[in-house]
Amino acid sequence: MIQLGAVFFGLGLLGRVARRAGISPIPLYLIGGLAFGEGGLVPLAGIEEFTHLASEIGVVLLLLLLGLEYSASELTTGLKKSWMAGVLDLVLNAAPGAIAAYLLGWGTVGALAMAGVTYISSSGIVAKVLGDLGRLGNRETPVVLSVLVFEDLAMAVYLPVLTAVLAGVSFVGGLTSVGISLLAITVVLVVALKYGRFISAIVDSPDHEVFLLKLLGSALLVAGIASQLQVSAAVGAFLLGIAISGSTAENATRLLEPLRDLFAAMFFVVFGLNTDPRSIPPVLAIAVALAVVTTATKVYTGWWAARRQGIGKMGRMRAGVALVARGEFSIVIAGLAVASGQVADELAALATAYVLLMAILGPIAAKYVEPIGEFFQRRRQTA
Amino acid sequence: MICVNVEITPLPGIGTRQDFTIRAGRRVGVITYRDGKFELIVSKANDPDSCSASIPLSPEEANTLAGLLGAPQLVAHLREETRDIAGITTRQLPVTAFANHTLGETALRTRTSVSIVAVVRSGNAHPSPGPDFIFENGDLAVVVGTAEGLDAAAEILHGG
Repeated sequence: MIQLGAVFFGLGLLGRVARRAGISPIPLYLIGGLAFGEGGLVPLAGIEEFTHLASEIGVVLLLLLLGLEYSASELTTGLKKSWMAGVLDLVLNAAPGAIAAYLLGWGTVGALAMAGVTYISSSGIVAKVLGDLGRLGNRETPVVLSVLVFEDLAMAVYLPVLTAVLAGVSFVGGLTSVGISLLAITVVLVVALKYGRFISAIVDSPDHEVFLLKLLGSALLVAGIASQLQVSAAVGAFLLGIAISGSTAENATRLLEPLRDLFAAMFFVVFGLNTDPRSIPPVLAIAVALAVVTTATKVYTGWWAARRQGIGKMGRMRAGVALVARGEFSIVIAGLAVASGQVADELAALATAYVLLMAILGPIAAKYVEPIGEFFQRRRQTA
Repeated sequence: MICVNVEITPLPGIGTRQDFTIRAGRRVGVITYRDGKFELIVSKANDPDSCSASIPLSPEEANTLAGLLGAPQLVAHLREETRDIAGITTRQLPVTAFANHTLGETALRTRTSVSIVAVVRSGNAHPSPGPDFIFENGDLAVVVGTAEGLDAAAEILHGG
């Protein structure tokens, strides 16, 4: 109990530091996890059982809230409007991770996991940065958001594939589980578009306590059933989130946000705990190289997508840089991969180092892209 | 009246942006968040893609601002129309006492013989509201009638 209290209190302090510095708390949680546990400064023992369960709940809640964030109609119109930018985003940003994994000799499974790690932007960090910098009213912002929407849909397909491959199932078994999840996604989208309010009505309740219990219960149930069907638990929660819509979704988000923050923090710490800090220096150079390459590819993605919407040069730069941040979902993917034991241990170290870099670099770059761009523009005019 | 072309852009996960380009070239608009907050946005003069100001407003503040901008025009418009009828005045009266009650419940016409010709809410005029029109906090009633009738109406609507 004392240890757990100390962990939470420590996380609170780290969160405060992050808030002061204006950066995402995720990298600090990871560092906190690294500092303790295996090979760290202070070994922490005896609370593994709780922390492990808490981190699993953290993943479910992260994905549930991701699903709640967008309504089914936003997802489908987003898909129609931005699929070209989305595909470009997927190809450009998944490739560096996959290539790095191949070069390191981690095989197809490792490549698939690393592709996901470098592909997915952190919608949490991006949305927060855009809000903090007062860019929500900007013209390029819908472009950025629709790329994020596409990434979320891609996750719904990617996660079951990854889970199936990690479980080491046969090709046919893998296809079945992908088939099941694709079917489930289609059904959920159709049901949510036509009968979303019925699903919302089932979990909705005017009483906070009842509502919270029903929500959490149904999320864990759906996630559990999904994982029994060999479709990742995270995907089940994500689909439930999409199916819940309207005012129910808003209330659910408001209620679950603090819970998610608590359990997700636990998840990041556990990930850090299980990563040996001594394994990071050997992969640091690779992480830096990946960071440089994938920053460039994300910026290009945003630039290209914004240009298609007729947005000026500065706006294109802003759109590109806004997408740079990676965070929670890269760690979720790395966590799934490491937990299965099918990938090299260095993957956790590489993913940690990479996310540490990108979660800090992303918001800072987003903040300073404007002054730097203006400086160059002015220089060109005077020259 | 000159029409202004308002562009409505959904912001997935956040809300909607509604804005238009003013004659001076800048973009002015409002972001409506899903949870009901508002943000007033004004674009930069040299870069219409970005915003020089985005001012968060609570629903009450947004209502007030909308009233400030919208109501005088409506009143001026009605005053213009009723100018040639002697003894008839148009005034905008805040409705503070009848939130969540219907217009019929005010019994304004029987008690003061004035008419509510429109209700201004969040900058939008709801013309000729019926007896089952439900008031909300921050509504402004545009009332036509005699000076004495209007004074009495103001008192009733204000909770007299």
